[in-house]
Amino acid sequence: MKKDWKQKVDRWLAGDLDVMAHITDGAEVRDVPRQERKENARAAQERVLETAGAKRVISAERKGFYTMYNVIAVISCITLIGVLLFTVANLPRYGEENPRTVEVVSRYVEKGLEETGAVNIVSGMILDYRAFDTLGESHVLFTALLCVMILLRRDKKNEAMAPAGARALGTDAYYNIAKDPIMRTVGAFLLPSIFLYGIYILLNGQNSPGGGFSGGAVMGAGLIIFASAYGFGTVDRFFTERASRIITFVSLAFYSFAKGYVFFTGANGLDNHIPKGTPGAILSGGMILPLDIAVGMVVACTMYGFYSLFKRGSIGHD
Amino acid sequence: MDFITNIPLFTIVLSLFSGALCFLLSGKTARKYTLIYEGILTLACAAVLWYTVRTGSAFTYVMGEFPAPWGNEIRAGILEAGTALFFIVIMLCSVSGGYRFIETDLDESKTNLYYALLNLMTAALMALVWTNDIFTGYVFLEILTLTSVGVLIVREIGRTTLAAMRYLILNLVGSGLYLLGVVLLYDVTGHLLMVPMKETIAQLWELPGYHPILILATGILTIGLAIKSGLFPFHFWMPDTYGYATPASGSVLSSLVSKAYIFLLIKIYYRVIGTQIFAQMPIGRILLVLGICGMVAGSLQAMRTNNANRMIAYSSAAQIGYIYMGIGVGGGPGFLAALFHIYAHSATKSMLFLTTPRLAEVSGGSLKFRELQGSGLRDRDAGLFFMIGAFSMIGIPVFAGFSSKILFGLAAVDSGSSIKLIAVMLALAVSSLLNAIYFIRTVIRIYSAPEEGKKTKVRAHHRPGYNIPMLVLTAINLFLGLFSWMAAELVQRGLMMFG
Repeated sequence: MKKDWKQKVDRWLAGDLDVMAHITDGAEVRDVPRQERKENARAAQERVLETAGAKRVISAERKGFYTMYNVIAVISCITLIGVLLFTVANLPRYGEENPRTVEVVSRYVEKGLEETGAVNIVSGMILDYRAFDTLGESHVLFTALLCVMILLRRDKKNEAMAPAGARALGTDAYYNIAKDPIMRTVGAFLLPSIFLYGIYILLNGQNSPGGGFSGGAVMGAGLIIFASAYGFGTVDRFFTERASRIITFVSLAFYSFAKGYVFFTGANGLDNHIPKGTPGAILSGGMILPLDIAVGMVVACTMYGFYSLFKRGSIGHD
Repeated sequence: MDFITNIPLFTIVLSLFSGALCFLLSGKTARKYTLIYEGILTLACAAVLWYTVRTGSAFTYVMGEFPAPWGNEIRAGILEAGTALFFIVIMLCSVSGGYRFIETDLDESKTNLYYALLNLMTAALMALVWTNDIFTGYVFLEILTLTSVGVLIVREIGRTTLAAMRYLILNLVGSGLYLLGVVLLYDVTGHLLMVPMKETIAQLWELPGYHPILILATGILTIGLAIKSGLFPFHFWMPDTYGYATPASGSVLSSLVSKAYIFLLIKIYYRVIGTQIFAQMPIGRILLVLGICGMVAGSLQAMRTNNANRMIAYSSAAQIGYIYMGIGVGGGPGFLAALFHIYAHSATKSMLFLTTPRLAEVSGGSLKFRELQGSGLRDRDAGLFFMIGAFSMIGIPVFAGFSSKILFGLAAVDSGSSIKLIAVMLALAVSSLLNAIYFIRTVIRIYSAPEEGKKTKVRAHHRPGYNIPMLVLTAINLFLGLFSWMAAELVQRGLMMFG
């Protein structure tokens, strides 16, 4: 009797519930050489992927869990949809008399050109009236790039993770790129106009629909097509990881400091000495053009970076 | 205008710049830079706090040449400055207390990316604290979401990848709901800045037909932030997320990221909805119920684990429940207690997450209770700090946890509703008991003599540098416990400035 009690206390002290406890066992050990630690971690990663693939391992231990899960998920989705539809039906109708204030919108529309110097009011709004939000938004992209690099990047120091064939054959040959004559011919015709168009959108953000995000996306897409037509080796000649890092850093740093300067002068009631220019000309809209260029560079680097990281695990070899 | 009023702007812009800079630096340089930068940031935030306490009023800062309601704005009062200072101190302690593990857990080639993420996270935390505009809140919420997933996956041991998937999906659902709430509020008010929005909402509340929309918008926004901060029943991502991340990340995620969401929520209740209107909405009561459920459920689950980190993570779920219970009790004292508990819990939880890996280190790298037996004797410093943290979590007098429990009780008494009073008191009693059961169990474990025949390494003393962040956290904990009236008064004044 007494022993039984002791056992119970002991079990309570130890606790036991973690379906997947066996998986990370080896990986928690830190006091071993770096190489061994890496191998442990890799083994754990593989075990998890196996276990996660075989859903039944967990569902066998929690019978009925997934049935309930599906039922509850469907019910809550339907409820949420119902609630949202009800809300939308209750919103004030468009054009109807309502107490909603329009002072913000009307000033953007009426005085936007005069105050920001940008014909394209949207650019004026996101890069001048509400520039702080856009400052954050351009860093969201950068953060996403960092996360993808953490997940996917392989370099000389952890090359063991690269597929063996890629090392033997070289990246392009391994991934079967740059052998397609159709891609190359079409690319030769299309690429110059794609890049030119990207630059045009980028530089005309203050005058017509477009700007940093869209222009950068077009240029990034151009780089991606270039890489798939002519191979990563060709892109690596002019666009390495180092170049990408420097371009991203310079653009973001310029963005932060330029906007910091404008915020600082604006809040302290100082003149910021930035000319507005003639509305409609390329050099107009104050800071909008340089900011668009900075954003465009970051977007282009990020787009191509994503493609390259997903395809071969690095942005470019130095 | 005093120069000090520019500091909030600098904290955000320079943190963003530091994120981009660490992308270029090598891992070691990035670490040094981050530590120095965060040290400077601490002083800067302290200066703002001193300034707001001295002037006794909050100031708004126009971001650019266009004043509200057309341009962005940030705002600093006692509460904002105090929270920013507190967050940055915890961040500094987590990084300096956990960098040793960062070095062993991460690929060398990825350490600089980790510090870049931490700096971006700092920027997002600062922006969420200072913001006076709910859409700016959304943008920096996104940065916080992505960086928090990034600092989790950087330790590649499989479970973090799984945990990160779940965390990312739930977080994105949360962001989406928050955005929906913002869009609905913008649609009916035509404003995004908090002050004009609040005025319009006060007018709309008097009109017929606007109650459902306002309640639903606030509710959706609340659910979004509740999912992100891990309120019951959305707390199931917590153990995997906090338990397997590298210790610095676990500490930052549990004590800063989830708290920043709650801080934003409180700010919205005060500065967008208005406490009087909020009190008429049913949301508070729902939060009260969910908070109490979370307090009990989290503790029950914590009791059933066999892994110290998972236990602490589940206990986080319980503590988040406390905070939401405070919001649910409502009124000035309720929000005061909730905010106080944010600070008390952050200081304690970061300490616990930073000590368990040290205990594991002298127990063959395992966090299982069986292996941890006697680890407090093998690494005495870590054992002592773990015990302090555990006592604070239980709510033993002198420590911070005790003061926040008293404040919750007082808030319930002040609420004037006997049902709330009984519910809160019962929940506090049950939850404290459960807390005591599983934390005392762990303390007994780490201080009982190890089984015979077990060969484990003894670490008599560390380099003193490892203990400094722990001492700072202990000091904060004791300050919140012994001088709680001082902290509570500051929070009180900050809430008055909130409006």
